[in-house]
This record gives sequence, C-alpha cells and structure tokens, in this order.
Amino acid sequence: MSEEHGKPGQGIGARVPRKEDSRHLHGRGQYVSDMLLPGQMEVAFLRSPVAHGRIRGIRKPAGSEGRVFVREDLVEASDIASPSSLPTYKLSSQPPLAHGKVRFVGEPVVMCVARTRAEAEDLSELVELDIEELPVLVDADAARLEKSVRVHDEWDDNLFLTLSVDNDFETLSKKASVVVKRDVELSRQAMVPMEGKAVVAHWDERADMLVMYYSTQTPHIVRTGIAQFLGLDEGQVRIIAPDVGGGFGYKVIVHPEELAVAWLAMKYRKPFRWIEDRREHLVSGANARQHRYRLTAYADDKGRLLALDAEITIDGGAYSNWPFTIGLEPGQAISNLPGPYDFRGYRCTTYCVATNKPGFMPYRGVARTGVCFAMELLIDAIARAVDMDPYEVRMKNLVRPEQMPYDNVVKKHYDSGNYPGALALAREKFDADKWLARQKSGEADGRKIGIGFASYCEQSAHGTSVFASWGLPLVPGYDQAAVKLTPDGGLEVRVGVHSHGQGMETTFAQLANEILGIDVSKVKVTHGDTGTTPYSTGTYASRSIVMCGGATLKACQELLPRIVKIGAHLLKCSESEARFDKSLGVVAPDGRAVALKEVCTVWYLRPDRAPLDVDRRGLEVSVSYKPDRDTGAFSYASHAVAVAVDAGTGAVEILDYVVVEDCGTLVNPMVVEGQTIGGVAQGIGTALYEEIQYDANGQPNASTLADYLLPGPTEIPDMRIFHMETPSPYTMFGIKGMGEGGAIAPPAAIFNAVNDALKASGVEVRKTPLTPQRLLDEIERARKQTLADRQAA
Amino acid sequence: MKAAAFEYLKPADVAAAIAALAGAAGDAKPLGGGQSLGPMLNLRLARPKLLVDVSKLAAMRAIEDRGAAWRIGGAVTHATIEDARLAGCGVLSEVARDIAYRIIRNRGTIGGSLAHADPAADWPLALPALAASIFIAGPAGERQVPAEDFMTGAFATVLTEDEIVIAVEVPKLSANARWGYWKFCRKTGEFPEASAAVLLDPARKLARLWIGALNGAPQALTALAADVAQRGTLAATELAIGQALERAAPTLDYAGRRLHIAAVQRAVKKACD
Repeated sequence: MSEEHGKPGQGIGARVPRKEDSRHLHGRGQYVSDMLLPGQMEVAFLRSPVAHGRIRGIRKPAGSEGRVFVREDLVEASDIASPSSLPTYKLSSQPPLAHGKVRFVGEPVVMCVARTRAEAEDLSELVELDIEELPVLVDADAARLEKSVRVHDEWDDNLFLTLSVDNDFETLSKKASVVVKRDVELSRQAMVPMEGKAVVAHWDERADMLVMYYSTQTPHIVRTGIAQFLGLDEGQVRIIAPDVGGGFGYKVIVHPEELAVAWLAMKYRKPFRWIEDRREHLVSGANARQHRYRLTAYADDKGRLLALDAEITIDGGAYSNWPFTIGLEPGQAISNLPGPYDFRGYRCTTYCVATNKPGFMPYRGVARTGVCFAMELLIDAIARAVDMDPYEVRMKNLVRPEQMPYDNVVKKHYDSGNYPGALALAREKFDADKWLARQKSGEADGRKIGIGFASYCEQSAHGTSVFASWGLPLVPGYDQAAVKLTPDGGLEVRVGVHSHGQGMETTFAQLANEILGIDVSKVKVTHGDTGTTPYSTGTYASRSIVMCGGATLKACQELLPRIVKIGAHLLKCSESEARFDKSLGVVAPDGRAVALKEVCTVWYLRPDRAPLDVDRRGLEVSVSYKPDRDTGAFSYASHAVAVAVDAGTGAVEILDYVVVEDCGTLVNPMVVEGQTIGGVAQGIGTALYEEIQYDANGQPNASTLADYLLPGPTEIPDMRIFHMETPSPYTMFGIKGMGEGGAIAPPAAIFNAVNDALKASGVEVRKTPLTPQRLLDEIERARKQTLADRQAA
Repeated sequence: MKAAAFEYLKPADVAAAIAALAGAAGDAKPLGGGQSLGPMLNLRLARPKLLVDVSKLAAMRAIEDRGAAWRIGGAVTHATIEDARLAGCGVLSEVARDIAYRIIRNRGTIGGSLAHADPAADWPLALPALAASIFIAGPAGERQVPAEDFMTGAFATVLTEDEIVIAVEVPKLSANARWGYWKFCRKTGEFPEASAAVLLDPARKLARLWIGALNGAPQALTALAADVAQRGTLAATELAIGQALERAAPTLDYAGRRLHIAAVQRAVKKACD
C-alpha cells in the first residue's frame, strides 16, 4: 500500500507492530461496557422530544421514588458552566438534566434507574412531560439576526461570540486584478465513535472516593470537572478510562449524562451504569462540522492570492461545553483559514450562533476540515478565474521552505517544512499526468474522470499560550511522565494521556527504547487512570506524542547518569569514563560491560553492591515537559485524489487516493499510516456520506445508521501514503503530532476532483456531503444556466 | 434502545404459529430472521406482546423443484438462495447476492422481507417482475396471491395479522429469456435510492419492467416493457422513461426521477446486451 518506510530496531522510526493489537484482535479489550460491578443498576434518560420548549411540568409515575430523577433532585450537582475569556463570549450553563427549558431534541430531561436498561426505558415511558413548545431556531444565519426568540433567555441575541480580524486587508485587496467570490458550506455531523459515551460510577467506601470507569480521552480533566460540579475534593474522585472505542473529540468534555450518573453513585453509594446507544448518539450528539463560509479572494492575474475576505458562520447548537468551550471552534476557524498559504491581507468575521441543536464540540480536525474545504475550493475557483491549473496556483501561493519559520497573516508560527515539496511529491506519486490523459480519452462507461488536490498545515502539540488565547477555563501546561525501572530490567511508563487507537502503548515504549534500549515488550505503558498516572490534560489536539512523549524521553534521559553511576561502580571504573550503550548497558573504557538488568538488580535487590554515593533518587523519576516554544509544531500534507463521476446517478467513485504527509520525525511510520487511513476515512464520510438534517421544527432526520451513512470498507480506497520528515526545531527529536490530519483534507480534495470532472458543464459543488441528490441537482442547475447564458448571448 | 417486554413462542408447526397469531388479537408478530423486526423492536417502533418465531419451521425452510417453477419456503434465508443452484431461476441467486451484507443475508428470510414490505427492498421488486406467486397461510387455510398484488403500499401488504408468508413460487425462465436488474445504492449494502427489474421472456410471451425504491409499492411500467420487448434499448429513452414515471411515480423529485431513469436504462441495457 505504501512504500516501506522505517528504521531498523525498536526505537524512533521503527515499524514496531502494535503491542495493544493482541488484546483487541482477540476480543479481549476491556471497555466500560465490560465492567460489571455487584449490584450495578442501569440508567436510561428520557430526552426532549422537541427542539425548544418551556418545561411546564414533569409527572413521575407513582411509586417511582428513588428511581426517577429530575433536575431539582440533583441538589448537590451544579450546572456545567463554561466560562471563557474570549471577547464577546456569552456565558451559558448546561444543566445535567434540563431545567426550565429544553433547547434541543435529545436533551436529557429525566433520569431513570432500574435493574436492566430495558426496564429503565420502560420506566422512562411512564414519565409525563408537559412542555410548551417555543419557536425553533434551526438556521444559523436566521438565528444570528433573531432577537426575540432566544436559545438562552438571559442573552439579548443568539450569539455565543463574534471574532474579527483585519490585517492589511484594505491596502492589499486594492492591488488585486481578480476578485473571486464563493459560498461554501458543511453539513452537521455526528462523530460516531464505535463506542459512544459510557460510564460506570460507584463509591469506594474504603477509599472514600467516587470511582468512575469513564470512556474519555482526558481522565485528569474529567476528574477536575466531576469534582467541581459535584462539590467533591479532587482527592475524592478517581477516573479510570479503560479501553476506549474511539474519541475524536467527543470524549474530551464532561457531558451532562456523565455528571448525572456520577451524582447517582455519590448519592446512593451503589454502582450505576449508563451506556449511550447509537440512537442517543446520533440525536443528541449531532454536534460537528456545520460551518458556512462567504469568501472573497483578491488575486493578481497570475493567480497569486493577495488578500482574503471571509465571513464564517458556525452553527453552535444550544450549549457551550466544559472545559474546551464553544469558543474553540470559531477561534480555530478564524485563525486557521489562511492555511498553508503566503498572503498578507486578511479580513474575517466569525459568528458562532446558538441554535436549537446539540452543542457544538471539537471533532477531529477541529474547524480545520471546514477551513481547508473553504480555502481549497477557493484556490481552485481562483485557478478557473485566471485560467490556470489549480496545481500551479497552489504551488504559487504555498509558503516556501526558505521562508521557514514563517509567521503567517494571523501570526501563526509555521515552524518548519516544505509545503510545495509535499504537493509536488503528491502530484508525482499520484501520476496526475496519467489521470489527465485518461480524463481526455474518456471512459468506456461514460463516467467523467476528475482530479483534485488539497493542502493543509496542522497546528499540533500547541501549548499554553495558544489555548490561553482561545479563552479556555483550563489550559494545558507541562505534561508529565513517570518512568520506573523494575528489578528485572524492565520499564514502567505512566502517563496521564489516553490511547484509544493512537498506538501509544507501542510508540511510548519505542521512545523509551530509543534512550534505554529496553525491548519494547518489557516496557509497560500505563495510561488513562488518575489513580496511577501523573497529571496531563490528556489526549486531544494532536499533542500526546510530543507532550507526554517528550516527557517520557526526558524522564528516560534523566535515568541515564543514575544507571551509569551504579554501572561504573560495578565495573570499577570512573563515572566519567563509563558510557551507556543501548544494547550492552554500562560500558567501561576497556570494553567490559554490565547489563542494565544487573544495574536494576543491584539498586533494588542487592544495594550492598551499590556505590556508597549512589544517586538516592533511585531508578524512577517523574519529569515534566513542554516544547521550548509552545506555539505548535506544524505538520502538513497534500492529498491528491482521482474520481470517476457518473452524471446519470450522481455517484462518485474514488479511483486513487494519495497522501504525502510530513509530521516531522516519525516515531512509528505504521502507526502514522494507520492514523492517516482512519482520518481519511472520516474525511470521506464528511465529503460524501455523513449528515444530519433538521426540519423546520428542529427534528433531526437521522437517528439510526440506516439514515446516517458512514463509509464502510468498500467505500474507502486503498490509499497510498508517502512520508517526508522535516523535524520540528522546537520539540524532542523533532517529533510533530499528526492524529487529526487525515480527516482535514479529503472533502476539499474530493470536491475539487468532482468539479474538475464536470468543469466542462459548469458544475461546481460546494456543500458537504456530496449526495447523489445534491450532485444531480447541481448538474441540472448548471445545464439550465448554460442554456440561459447561451440564449442571452 | 432496548425492546419493550414481549413473550417469545417457538411453535411446532405452521398451524401452531397461525393459531398463536390468531389468538393474540393483533398483538403478535411473526418473527423471521429479525433483520428488520429486530431493530424496530429495539427502537420500540414495534411493540408486539408476542413474537411467534417461524424461522425454524421445517415446512417453510425447503426449496423444491416443482417442474415449471421453484417453490421457496418463506423462512429460507437470502444466503441460502444466494448459494443455491436453481436451474432456470439463477436470477434469484443474483438478486439475493446483492441484498445488504452477508451477515444480514445469513439471517434475513424471503418471507420476512416480503411481509415487512420495505419499498426499497429487493424481493418486493424482483418477484413481481418474475411473475412469481406468494403463498399465504392463515386461519382459513392457504391462499395464493400474485406477487404483483401482494404489496399494497409502503410497509403494507395483503397479509392480515394472523397470516404468514409460507412460500413463494417463481416460474422458471425460458432458455432465451433475458433478465436485467439494477439498483443504485449510495454504499454497499444500503437500501437503494432507485431500482428496476426487467424480464423479457418471449417464449412465455412475457415482457415485464418494474421499478422500486419509490414512496409506495414497486410499480410496473407495462407499456414501456412492451416497447422494450420490441425495440430493446432504443425504447428506453429518457423521454419515454420520464413519461412512464410521470404516471407510475408522479411524486418523485428531480433527483429521484433522474435516478429512476438511470435504473431503468441500466436494467434494460443489462437485459438487452
């Protein structure tokens, strides 16, 4: 599939098979749903059937005391308030169960408890909701202007926040000879991890502690949130994230249902479990991607972009979230829209609007799938306007390697890379000329061939200053790793991030191997448990391998002098003469060596053989790390795709898909490829399949996977992935994050390819997903337009 | 998303199944492979008090060669039909092969699919096109209904609440018969957005053209079928199909019409090529 890329051994750069695969492939993974505690009760939520309404009354069934709960019953739980320091941001709170009003279809209103989930659902059917329906805000543009109907009554409009930027727009736009206007739009999606939200909560009397098995990417953050919202000490909350079946951003926040179940366990001191089902997920988790762009590009007649004017409207749904807040999406949208391009005039206003839909959350790629879609469709539109090859226009505008490091028009600091190089390599590996020849010669079945490119850069592992600038109530700082050599020469690595598909049980072992040479099978990586791991804000924003990985590398490095000290003593040479060798252990100048295992044995079991002045901190250490510069290590990629379009049915088939990516120093090329494949699959979902539409009453049209289409194995092409390696100057070993990237470019590349295929007929599609219906309608619109143009001429 | 409580009955034979259904006064449902009823139970869209499992009844699991026709029991799975060698009815295996996914075909039954009557399903389209008959058992005994009269609308059939589909009978195709079946699915295994089936069997004086995936039951395009029998693909112009659709499926939107035109043209092409 991809050119074999990898270094020998087990350290950084090696294609080490994933250690975690064995349990997953043998069906021995342990997820929250696998946890069974004695006396465990099941929870079901009765959810709002209407999008907007005032709760006039809730009647519990007779005899349901202690089994049916409304907001007023959860006395000890506070609402989930999500403050932000962003200008214009309006504060909102989400109650664990709806209170006063319901604000979207699927909002939890009543919590029911029974021995089985089915019985809990039976119970929920006996509850009578009396809700006075209110006018519904479905369209973000309309909601932005609406003042009398409001999602949050205490506000004076429906704007979560408005962000604006203007850097040299007036001056530079005046120099343009070509002006290109385009509107583009992405539909609302759900994230659809294989495992939805899931919690089992119980009270450990001995530890005097709420213990929660919790499907989360960020156990330490969640601990802070649960403690805060229940009024517990942090020491009274332990969050254990066992195997987690996909996160994608859905699991970086404290959800109301999770807080409600935590309250049950705290109150009743018994185990309670709630597992989100697929219908709940699709209805109450439709929370991503819905952006609308109004763009005007100002370019010269050679396709050089001079200035960009943009208005972005984000359909924020009903609630902000804790701790990332709804400000993250508009913050990323406005600052990432310029993408990998070199232009200096930029004006943008981004509205984040409250509507009667589930609250927006950060989905893999966070805003960048949208901004890449907008920017890359615009680049192709510029190319058509100046009658140039879109590839050439892209080449002309990408930041060049000699400009690195490059501070772009919004002062994003692109640390390193060769953006045009990646695009050129993509074109070469993709064999664009072959596709263009095939396009020209035509297909036997009448389908039209098109090719499309998309380039992006991805801020990864951005730290304190960046998150602080997005106004978050909780900002990541240093990440920590605790490493401990064991008496038999193995290593334990404990980190506060969580691995749920990223392969970190393997890659972190490779980092340790890089420093200490210990076989990866002897390196045990423990993650995702606040009771056993040092603090980290967790896994999100393509950060773990740089942040916690960096801490792991540093911690292993800190052990080296301690190891050498003991080894030199055993070898009867001086510490300064001895050196550490990854395969031999501690080596004396004359070549004699003592294995690492023996050093460990001496420290733990035979301290009588250790030097008197042994380093008393021992063979374990906890070290914190953040990169020298915390503005991010920018990964980047170019995607190239060839499609065949059936104009009779609107069907799009992907014939070839090439990714050229550069995430700095590769830790494990196979893991990078796996992450890329998964991301591209999700991007294809955004491009062609996934969508939840709402009717005028705010009712979602998809509540099962029969209506919400996901790409399956037959819809995902056998993509070809190629690597470039430009180390970041700011991180340990030059490693960059890359977890989100795959999901960013596919909609842009695929739409550009479809538009290329049908360019002769004037077709230009600009709204995700590209359903057959949308494409057929556009083909008809273009046909009528062409006819009208001809008649006018 | 768990089913409401229900009783489950595994009857000894068809008579016992009918008796159980009749005794439940409309509060029972026969259960075949459960590939549609299962999700509907879980979504609580179906809430029968009693499920009568007919999927294991021997009388409904047989495939018999009746000379001029194949008789296929109502509880025969799609996968069994897919794997069968049905001389003169190989088209049934072709249709079965493209129903959903194999794991669904392993359980889903032909009788269950007909009784469920999803407008986009395959058997409700293919069987009328093949001039099949459907055998129904109920308290009053057995009756036989032409497949084209079986489905009366979306998720609606001639079945009463105490009747079950015990078998279908599909006439064998003549040696020179032509068959074309084409459906457009957004992805592998999904229900189609448009579908069409064409049977041209001059030896039996049959020319049938049916379309499915409509708002209601599949429809016959009879006049067009006759024209196709005469002139082949030349008859299947966009204009002619469009006019036929105006009568047979007037509520289709623009894209729906385009997709059905494509389905008819491609089914005809398959039959005529």
